[in-house]
Parts: sequence; structure tokens; C-alpha cells
Amino acid sequence: MRIDIDALTVETAGARLVDEVTLGAGEGQLVGLVGPNGSGKSTLLRCVYRALRPSSGTVRIGGDDFHALSTREGARRLAALPQDAVVEFDFTVAEIVAMGRMPHQGPMARATDEDRDRCTEALDGVGAAHLAERGFLTLSGGERQRVLIARALAQQPRVLVLDEPTNHLDIAHQLEILALVRGSGLTVLTALHDLNLAALHCDLIHVIDGGRIVASGAPYDVLTTELLAEVFGVRAHRVAHPETGALQLLFDLPRARPATP
Amino acid sequence: MATSVDRIPAKPARPSRAGTGSPPPRRIPLPILLAGLCLALPVSLVCGAGLGASGLSWAEVLRYLWAGLTGGAIGPDEVSAYTIVWELRLSRAVLAAIVGAGLSAIGVAVQAMVRNALADPFVLGISSGAAVGANAVLIFGALGALGIWALSTAAFVSALLAMLLVYAVARTERGLTPLRLVLTGTAMYYGFSAVTTFMVFAAERGEAARSAMMWLLGSLSGANWASVPIAAGAVLAGLAHLGWSAQRLNALAMGDETAAALGVDPGRLRKELFLVSAAVTGAVVAVSGAIGFVGLMVPHAVRMLVGADHRRVLLVAPLAGAVLLIWVDILSRVVLAPAELPVGVLTAVIGVPCFILLMRRRSYSFGGI
Repeated sequence: MRIDIDALTVETAGARLVDEVTLGAGEGQLVGLVGPNGSGKSTLLRCVYRALRPSSGTVRIGGDDFHALSTREGARRLAALPQDAVVEFDFTVAEIVAMGRMPHQGPMARATDEDRDRCTEALDGVGAAHLAERGFLTLSGGERQRVLIARALAQQPRVLVLDEPTNHLDIAHQLEILALVRGSGLTVLTALHDLNLAALHCDLIHVIDGGRIVASGAPYDVLTTELLAEVFGVRAHRVAHPETGALQLLFDLPRARPATP
Repeated sequence: MATSVDRIPAKPARPSRAGTGSPPPRRIPLPILLAGLCLALPVSLVCGAGLGASGLSWAEVLRYLWAGLTGGAIGPDEVSAYTIVWELRLSRAVLAAIVGAGLSAIGVAVQAMVRNALADPFVLGISSGAAVGANAVLIFGALGALGIWALSTAAFVSALLAMLLVYAVARTERGLTPLRLVLTGTAMYYGFSAVTTFMVFAAERGEAARSAMMWLLGSLSGANWASVPIAAGAVLAGLAHLGWSAQRLNALAMGDETAAALGVDPGRLRKELFLVSAAVTGAVVAVSGAIGFVGLMVPHAVRMLVGADHRRVLLVAPLAGAVLLIWVDILSRVVLAPAELPVGVLTAVIGVPCFILLMRRRSYSFGGI
């Protein structure tokens, strides 16, 4: 399912956190949102998964205005991994994944065979079936993230929105998480900090700075040295991956602290 | 061509105990636990009616209970014994069950609502608001025209007023946020407590101050059948709503953004929970005063037994709370008989050590945003 964001604006207390952002992700595409800290990535994504109501502009999922859909219908189309995964209570992995079935169940409904199958499938899909009876709080960061992705997959969405899914993970788990997301075949919109990960995995990259989209396109076309200097304030060299030829970036150590806008 | 890095098979997941070091779940099968509690509840009620200072035999107690249930006849010389068993003790045990069930369920709801494992029904400041009204009646004889209803009416109305105040202060344009709710409730708690303390201080009659103190610590000594229907209605309605919302509570416990992504409107749910918690707490506090620790301890004990899933916790917690409070109330009557301990003293005596054990066993995070 396509996702189209049109002229989306978020204003709080007079500040424009997101300024007329227009971007899209086609069916099955993995689309990255990159930008410096505070550039508005998370705010934009919060509007997409409806934790925040935009001041103006629309989010369309499969052509329908997402904020006009019922919350349940919305959650059947789009699943999200927000950054707020602070769990205070010791749910088991199976219970957390089962929450993904909520949009498909009535409030008092018992889990059906279909629900259980989807949960098992989702846990298998992320290679976490053996964790099902573990307490979520006992898991490592990488395991937790895989479980949360399983919850999103159990939701059977058409679109997946991720806010920095690789934060705090070691490199092996970063690559693993993005491979999982890629392997889901869903339309994915994800904020990413690591530009090299973005360059490796994304079909399309949108660069956001000061709440505005400043560049969009294939990683090779977008992540230019000029743009990296201007948006991130870093000097970068573009190199080809020795095996795959994919674009990778090498960064110079700062001699003096570059002026940031 | 060599394998690119993302095709190297990931290492098998390392088991990690880093996290917050909570123990792996150890659980009792739910049907066994529920069956046990469903059996324990009527047994406890009978014990509540049978145990006490007056030395009635169990045969007599059961006969009076049967007479009370079926409307059967009793001899004229048995009236006072019948009154003790049916009117005084059983109504009291029933009310203990209702109050225990209500406080436990609301404790579960409030902990999920403010996403803080240390919250209890009183963290919203509503019980201390109720105390202001109750003490106005106990000490200054306010609302005298309402007779026996004066105390519970005053307590309930002032609980609702306190709720409105907390709501108005805690509300932001983003709705009710957990931390603001806890902070506002706590501040109000101290404010209302100061008013109550001043009233006790200013009381002219020593006996009034004593009953005010009894009420602050919680007591079921004022129980009678007349106070049962309203409390029961409020608690049952609250339980129904919470049962209906159990899966949404799970989502809310995961965080507002996650809840939103799962199709739950966290702002609306928190408003519903706030209303239900305030109404049930108000109704319960109106008949029993502020009985502490039940609403904090029972939810935790139940989570340890059945896990965190609210669909199970909300089945077990009300039953467990009901049985617990019946027995705590029995103890409060018999330990120093014929004198009576405030029930709040006993729940604290039992609750504080449990609480400390719990704190040492699990490391909690505070703040819970």
C-alpha cells in the first residue's frame, strides 16, 4: 500500500516543527528519513502513526485519509515501532506479540486460532520463537527490537513505520533488524541515524532539516558531499562498497567545530 | 563472490539478564487460581460472620446465616445473636469484600494509567479529598440533616470535587499525561491532608477526633447493609468497564505512542480510567475510609502469580483483594478484642514488609513516561 504525506505541518507553541512536508513511499519500498537531531523526523513519524495530530496537511495510506479512518481500521493498515518502548510491567514476549492482534479483535474476544497462528508466524519470522515465554524485561536490546517487530508483523499491516529501529544496537543487530524489515515485503518508512545503513538498505531517502524536506531521491543521488556538509555539517567522502559497489560514506574528523545552522 | 556482511548468519541470541533483572515468570495455572479464589470467597464470608468476640458456635452461625438468606424464622431469644451474625458481621464481611475488590482493581487500573508500578488508588488525591468531607461530618457535624447518610454522602461528594480539581490542574492540551497526573495527585494529597489534619486539630471533642483518625486509617466498623448496594454497584460497574478495557490497558502500559499505533486512543482511555477510578475510589472510601496498601500490594502480588497481562490480572485481583480484606478485617476485630484496630493499621503491618521485599527483589524505574 502506498503512503503519501502531503503538505504536513506541525506547530506547537508557535514553533514549526514540521513545515509543509510532502513525501511518498511506493508499494513495497523501503524509504528512509534522515536528518540531524531535532530536524523533525520523529514528529513527522508521530503524525504518520497518529500519536500526534498535524496542524495541517494529510497522510494518505492506500489513498485514504489516514486521520479520517477509525483507529482500528488504521491499525490494520499501519503498524509502528515508536521510540517509547519503556515497559514498566513484565509482560512475556508472547503477550507483547499478541497485542499486535488487537486491531483484529473485539475488546472481550478470546484469541482465535488465526490470532495464534499469526503470532507464531511473526515470532518465527524474526527468529524469536524460542523467546516466547521469556519476560520482555529480561531480553537484550536486539532481542527486544526483534520482538517489537514481531508484534508489528502480527498486526498484519500493509505499511510499517519505524522510528530509529537500530538505536542502541550493535552492528550485527542493526544489520539484522534492517534485513528483517526489508524481508517483510511491506511498504516501510523509517527514520535512520546511520547514513551508511540508509545508503545500503533504502530504495529512497528523504533528507529533513529544520522541519523541511531538503532532498529526496535514491541514496546515490541524495547523499552528496555538498548536502552532507550543509545539512549535517560534516565533510564526507563517497566511496563504493568494495564488493557490492553500493554507496558508502567516510567522514573526516572535525578540525574545528563546524558552524551548524 | 564473497558473502556480504548482512548475509552472515546472526549469532544465536545470547540470553541476557541485563534488563532490570526481574525474575522469569513463575505462574500458577489460571483456572486453578480462579477456582481456589471462588471457593475461598464464600468460605471467608462465612468465617467473617462466624469469628468474633461473642463466642457463638459454628452451628448457630450457620443456622442464622441460613435464616438470613432464606428469611426463615428464629426464636425470640436468639434475636441479639442473629443481629450480631447477620446484621453486624456478615454485612461487614460483604462490605470488606466489595472494598477489597474495588481497591485492588482500581490499583491495577491506576498503575497502568500512570504507567507507574508504585501508584495506588490514592495517588490521585481523591481519597484525601474524601477525607475532608468525611471529617467535616465527623468533627463539625456537617450535613446533619442527612442522618446516617451524611458521612458517606460528604465523602463521596468531596471525592468527586477533588477529582474535578485534580483533573482541571493535571489537564494539558495533550490530555492527561502520566507524570502530571501523579504530581498533581500527590500535591493535592498533601493539600487535602493538611486541611483534614487542621480539622482534627481544631476539633473540640476528643471522641470526634478519634473517629476521624479511625476513618483516615480506614475501618469497616461502620458497616451495615444500607451501605452495601451503592458501594457494590459502583465497584461492579467499575469492574465491568475495566474488564472490557483489559487489552487496551495492556497497550497503554506499553506507552502512549505504542498504544496509538495499536489503534488505542491513549488520551481517551486515560480519561475513562480517571473517571472510573475516581468514582469507584470515592464510593469505596465513602463507606470504609482510606484503607491503604490493598490497592498497591494486591496488584503486584497478582502480577507475580499470573503475569502482567491485564486480562488475567483483572480477573484475579478483585477476588484476591476481596478475600484478603475480609481476613484483614477479621483480624482487626479479634486481635485486640473487644477493642478494634483500624484496618489500615493491619494492611500497613502486612503491606510494608511485602512492599520492601518487592522493592528489593525487583528494581523499578520511577517516573514512567
